[in-house]
Amino acid sequence: MRKREWIYGWLLILPALTLIFLFTHFPAVLTLLHSVFSTPRGRKAAHFVGPANYERMIHDPVFWKVLTNNLWYALGTIPVAIALALLMAVLVNRPFPGRALSRMAFFTPTILPLIAVANIWLFFYTPGFGLIDQILGLFGQGQTNLLGDPATALPALMVVAVWKEAGFFMIFYLAALQAIPPQLAEAARIEGAGRWTIFRRITFPLLMPTTLFVSINAVINSFRLVDHIFILTNGGPDNASSLLLFYIYETSFRYWDTAYGATLTVVLLALLCLLAIGQFFFFERKVHYK
Amino acid sequence: MTAIETQQGRAIRLAGISKHWGETTALSEISVEAPAGSFTALLGPSGCGKSTLLRIVAGLEEASGGQVLIGEEEVTGRPADKRDLSMVFQSYALFPHLSVAENIIFGLRTRRVARAERMARLAQVAELLGLAPYLDRKPGQLSGGQQQRVALGRAVISQRPVCLMDEPLSNLDAKLRQTMRTELRALQRELGFTMLYVTHDQVEAITMADQVVLMNAGRIEQVASPHDLYERPATIFAARFIGTPPMNILPQSALGETGARLAAELGGDLAFGMRPEALRPDPQGLLEMQVTGGEYLGADALVQGRIGGAEALMRVPGQALPEQGTALRVALAPQDLHLFDAGTGRRIDYPQPASPMARPGHPAGSSGAMSPLSNPKEP
Repeated sequence: MRKREWIYGWLLILPALTLIFLFTHFPAVLTLLHSVFSTPRGRKAAHFVGPANYERMIHDPVFWKVLTNNLWYALGTIPVAIALALLMAVLVNRPFPGRALSRMAFFTPTILPLIAVANIWLFFYTPGFGLIDQILGLFGQGQTNLLGDPATALPALMVVAVWKEAGFFMIFYLAALQAIPPQLAEAARIEGAGRWTIFRRITFPLLMPTTLFVSINAVINSFRLVDHIFILTNGGPDNASSLLLFYIYETSFRYWDTAYGATLTVVLLALLCLLAIGQFFFFERKVHYK
Repeated sequence: MTAIETQQGRAIRLAGISKHWGETTALSEISVEAPAGSFTALLGPSGCGKSTLLRIVAGLEEASGGQVLIGEEEVTGRPADKRDLSMVFQSYALFPHLSVAENIIFGLRTRRVARAERMARLAQVAELLGLAPYLDRKPGQLSGGQQQRVALGRAVISQRPVCLMDEPLSNLDAKLRQTMRTELRALQRELGFTMLYVTHDQVEAITMADQVVLMNAGRIEQVASPHDLYERPATIFAARFIGTPPMNILPQSALGETGARLAAELGGDLAFGMRPEALRPDPQGLLEMQVTGGEYLGADALVQGRIGGAEALMRVPGQALPEQGTALRVALAPQDLHLFDAGTGRRIDYPQPASPMARPGHPAGSSGAMSPLSNPKEP
């Protein structure tokens, strides 16, 4: 009887397990294996090369370039997106005419595919007759090529990412704000707390679990979302706007150097794991769960 | 007993307070006064507007019309923190991420009271409420009763002349509620603030308050001391709301000719109110009760039956539950008969309770000059 139940249980989770092993764990292990083998070319089969791919990576200036880019990209987008999300959530949490419309407007970028978003922003950024240049033209400014300048290409991508993500994070903050009983703010008001004090001492601390969740997602997204690079800059000029995942894609599928691509992937995964664990430790003391 | 200063309470006066939400009227023309240092209970069924009224006093809700005066100062337009009052919420509204100590001194912090004084007052309040061992805990680690005390602590530490409470005991179990009732009352007496206390529980209002404001459907039914509220209910609603089980309200027809005669004398359609505990079985009683059932409660019992066709309850000693189907003679002391206008529901005071009823011609006959509803007292 016990044993039959046991078999029954395993049968129930078998479909989910199959999918997880087939498409998540198996490829991950395979990637780890590929990273210590050479890339098979034509008749030359892959052979074990040990840490050779990792040595190559350490001496690859492009790798360091995209890694630095990615760190700046993460540092630039995550705080801004989170702050903006919180601000928008607080704004649309209050009753005012047109609230539903504003909520929808803030959330719209999330529904759009990143490729479509990139195409819209391509129109904004187009030198000469793009939206930005048209507005700047009113003030007598000449043409700007934000995407073509190594100094501004990455920030231009960051703006798109913030625009795309803030609305998504806003939804989580909005849900969390609505879960805070309004009596807390009322009690604080009676005790003489102003709006800013209430936010700083009550609302924000109570949103900490959401902030943790959102920031982990934001970190992952800052390494994961590269679709807009394909449309806007293709990583250029001179890798100025290339990110780690974009470089992995180029290495693996444009230059077909799958072993090196696997190596870079392992590094990316390790980095994400470290960051996520680090965030949990960093936030642990500050997060109050109900 | 405690070093907390006894403060002077301030009177709360409401003048013509109204509140409308679009088409619906939550409060209409509420005028009432809570004397300084008194314990005033706002009592009424859910949805009667008592909580809205309290929130208007607190400044958390804006009145559509009327004035709020605290200590003869008009505060109608002032924000909540400028009214010099404290409040305890039904849900306690403790800040879950702050420790008990931080919760209690929250208001002192926002008002930038010096650290030394904060700590001194915290120690006093913690001792007063028995919270000293729990100061470092989070509210989530406390029992319901302890959380209640923390909320009380946050309210009393600021030493305000007025304290508002919105059903503060309704989340506690019955036994704890009884203890807290006594404690709350003692605390209010000791600290001397004016208490405005919202409850739907008549027992809380009757046992704790100096003055009860009974509300129904956005209006005041009666403002009276607990004693007067029970003894002289001003309306049928008040009569039925106070007392368990509620007062029997019999239509005029149930009392046959006596009813008709009283109606003719006092004018208009009458309703008769008799408390179940005021009725008693008496072979010479002039009312007849057809027993339809009974409920044994231990110390006493409730007899269900009909008097002149109308449903009525009578409380009798537990061992004296009569058989179903019997017809009982029932008596009532004349001062225990309440008369109401059946149309408006208002109380009618009649000058001599015994005399108008001591006339011949009652269906059951009269036993002399005494009221037909009572019996001559045994010597």
